[in-house]
Amino acid sequence: MPYAAPNRVNDFVIKIGTVNGTGSASANGLLMKAVFRSGVPVVGKNYFPSNIQGLPTWYEIRVTRDGHRARSGQVDLMVALNPETYARDLQEVTSGGYFFYDSTWPRPALLQMRDDVTVLGAPLARLCNENFNGARTRILMKNICYAGVLAALHDLDLEIIRGLLSETYAKKPQLVESNMKAIQLGYDYARENFSCPLPLRVEKMDATRGHIIIDGNTAAGLGCVYAGATVGAWYPITPSTSLMDAFKSFAERLRADPATGRKNYIMIQAEDELASVGMVIGAAWNGARAFTATSGPGISLMQEFIGLAYYTETPTVIFDVQRVGPSTGMPTRTQQGDIRSAAYASHGDTRQVCLYPANPEECFHFAPLAFDLAERLQTPILVLSDLDIGMNDWMCPEFKWDDSYVPDRGKVLDEAELAKIEKFWRYYDHDDDGIPQRTIPGVSSKGAYFARGSGHNQYGAYTEDSREYQVVIDRLRKKWLTAARMVPKAVIEAGNSEELAIVTIGSGEAPALEAVARLRAQGVRVDYMRVRGFPFGEEVEQFLNAHQLNFIVEQNRDAQLRSLLTLETGVAKNRMRSILHYNGLPLAANYVVDGVMAAVQDHSRPAAQLVRP
Amino acid sequence: MSFIAKPTVAHPDLPRNSRGLTRREYEGANSTLCAGCGHDSITAAIVEACWANDVEPRTLVKLSGIGCSSKTTAYFVSGSHGFNSVHGRMPSVATGANAANRQLNYIGVSGDGDTLSIGLGQFIHAIRRNLNMVYIIENNGVYGLTKGQFSASADIGTTAKKGEVNNQAPIDPVQLALTLGASFVARSFSGDKGQLVPLIQAAMHHNGFALIDVLSPCVTFNDHEGSTRSYAYSREHYEEVVHADFVAPAANITVQYGPGECVPVTMHDGSRIVLRKVDADYDPTDRGAALARIRERLRTQEYLTGLLHISTNQPEFHEQNATPEMPLNQIPYATLNPGAATLAKILSRYR
Repeated sequence: MPYAAPNRVNDFVIKIGTVNGTGSASANGLLMKAVFRSGVPVVGKNYFPSNIQGLPTWYEIRVTRDGHRARSGQVDLMVALNPETYARDLQEVTSGGYFFYDSTWPRPALLQMRDDVTVLGAPLARLCNENFNGARTRILMKNICYAGVLAALHDLDLEIIRGLLSETYAKKPQLVESNMKAIQLGYDYARENFSCPLPLRVEKMDATRGHIIIDGNTAAGLGCVYAGATVGAWYPITPSTSLMDAFKSFAERLRADPATGRKNYIMIQAEDELASVGMVIGAAWNGARAFTATSGPGISLMQEFIGLAYYTETPTVIFDVQRVGPSTGMPTRTQQGDIRSAAYASHGDTRQVCLYPANPEECFHFAPLAFDLAERLQTPILVLSDLDIGMNDWMCPEFKWDDSYVPDRGKVLDEAELAKIEKFWRYYDHDDDGIPQRTIPGVSSKGAYFARGSGHNQYGAYTEDSREYQVVIDRLRKKWLTAARMVPKAVIEAGNSEELAIVTIGSGEAPALEAVARLRAQGVRVDYMRVRGFPFGEEVEQFLNAHQLNFIVEQNRDAQLRSLLTLETGVAKNRMRSILHYNGLPLAANYVVDGVMAAVQDHSRPAAQLVRP
Repeated sequence: MSFIAKPTVAHPDLPRNSRGLTRREYEGANSTLCAGCGHDSITAAIVEACWANDVEPRTLVKLSGIGCSSKTTAYFVSGSHGFNSVHGRMPSVATGANAANRQLNYIGVSGDGDTLSIGLGQFIHAIRRNLNMVYIIENNGVYGLTKGQFSASADIGTTAKKGEVNNQAPIDPVQLALTLGASFVARSFSGDKGQLVPLIQAAMHHNGFALIDVLSPCVTFNDHEGSTRSYAYSREHYEEVVHADFVAPAANITVQYGPGECVPVTMHDGSRIVLRKVDADYDPTDRGAALARIRERLRTQEYLTGLLHISTNQPEFHEQNATPEMPLNQIPYATLNPGAATLAKILSRYR
């Protein structure tokens, strides 16, 4: 259902369609930051191909005075710079919206297709050819030139744009001038030929103070630096690569000894994902904070090793930046397709502790948490982010670090503690919480043990004895119950309804919260919960049981979160109805609102009766 | 299973090394391998080498994959941590462990299936990184635990116990390692303790990846007539070209060698290996020539053994990565944490 507020000031969506590899990213980033620096909340979404150069790519900027964090699902102004996609780009514009294109090559036939859309043309290529030299420069400046047009159309402050360019090109001031010249070309053309500004305009606010614009992978990489990680092993895979790149670039700056050039970290580009997780397991077993980042195909490859880490009780931190599956799928599109395979990774009786961040600030804070939990619980921790969180630009409250933080290394016995005990038993449950004690190699022969993926007893010795095997595997179940008390609690907003609730996970939060607000505005009373960890804490089951009908909103075809809730809680299946979105684009609030409204209106009866038998 | 109960008290007259430890203190759990298994001889050689090298047990880290060979890390130096990982993936676990603490001694034991089939990828990448570890392949040409299938090191024409003939060319870890630039490449035979022990001693002092491929007959599945990996066949077809005498740091060379036959090599830590050339024309420091000679002799089914190649100037894994001398797992968190003020500074670039 299209949604249009009557007042469009600071509430509209610009979508820019270009060809990848032409340098439009800097123009798009410039526009987004210009809105942000005007004090107006903004959302950026990049829809890019799995390709280096020549294919269609889009960037969406949502200007949102209400501070929503999801995409809106509609386009108010399309900046069409790729003739190959003109037709579909025009179709996508919301009725009453605008379509801007490069009129160096006029397209009269195309432009008659929609009489409810205003078409604006500026001869960007001609302007740039007349004013700049060199093919590459002309292409790059054409991008900056459309930013100038948009600055006029949306009433952006040129001084803010100049400031941003000065920061970007601090070391190359001549580029500031050439870029500003391109901005001015577009700006002046628009002012002379269109009635500027459009109703879709930016008006300065003060709603971005104390905020930053950052993507989740950068945030998670930074979080790993603050967590004290020293070993990162990985195999390049979209969309997780930038997490490791971020860690590396922060570590290069923050962890190298300026005097000696020695680095207090090591980054190992492994031969494949099997090796990368094997390295993490080896390093963590040997007492370092170690991690890897991957995506679905990597998680598939790591299954055997994850089981080894589970059974040998080795702290292992894995970031899974999910993308569209199955198989290679669509590597540059988003999905929440690994919820199930991460939760039950590996063969045999294994269940894995998972964390589900919803945005970059949680990516940052869940990084040290993941290491703390991995060492406290001595088990793999899978942090399930996704491409939308990991690679898109999010406006976030500025991250704060608590300098009193001390890493939780868990039950590690040092030399002095080992000296006090008669004998060290690696897999013995001393504390009745299912968590044994461990030792680090090299510390003391008294703490020496043999880690193995084959059957072992609670003293750490090899076994094929049924009873001895079962003692360990039953203790692991007890540890699982302990884990349920340690993972982050679900975010719950209750008390509005005993009938309807929206339940979501990870990046479903932004659209779900917007949907909750819109539903409430339309008079539909609804509660909200976002699951943040697996195993589920008891609050999850209580919440689900407290509502007649829970809409489980997630981004995959097979209702993986709902499956997990069905299997791991006692909640009746018919209390949970799915709203599923899995086309590879980030979920928009419209889709959730429509899903809920369809269910509510179709039946026009109390939610209790909507529950299917 | 071949074991005798080990007495828990050592005889007071047992010789002690400079740490005051007897050989008994370098032993591990009882072997559960078949009586006469070549692997048990290799275990004994490792025990001897660790004792002779005065290794402090807590500083040794034992790594393995899956298979008969990989079980053996439980059978030596029980005072050391060990990690028996998954099939073919020991090199990655070793890489991670080594990354976390560069100051421990890493010894990996693997088999021909574990290294040359399922683990070939990880094996060659560990070589490529020049990971500082000793990597022993207990090479018997068959899969023992699954009862006698050919492995990737089985020679063309060798027969299985029930008569099946292998027609596929073998993968030779020694030639592979030489091609990949390995810095220490040796081959030995489980039945030749006199050759194997000093090789292991030297390998432990080598600063980088040290491969020892040990022909180790499987008495149960590959010791019959028609097998090219039987005790009898191995003894007949192996030829030592370079004998390595290991000389600990600070010790004097007391044995006199004839001129021209010996090449002393000084290791990273000051210890030395004296290479006695059994074959005067063989030069273990010339990678290309060594490879050519090994290849030529393999055509007539002769396994050249000994320290086949050594180079002491290739940077190992940590040198390549410019890590500090202090192990990464011991750097205090206060050093690793950039702090709240730095965070604010970093984030100012995201406005």
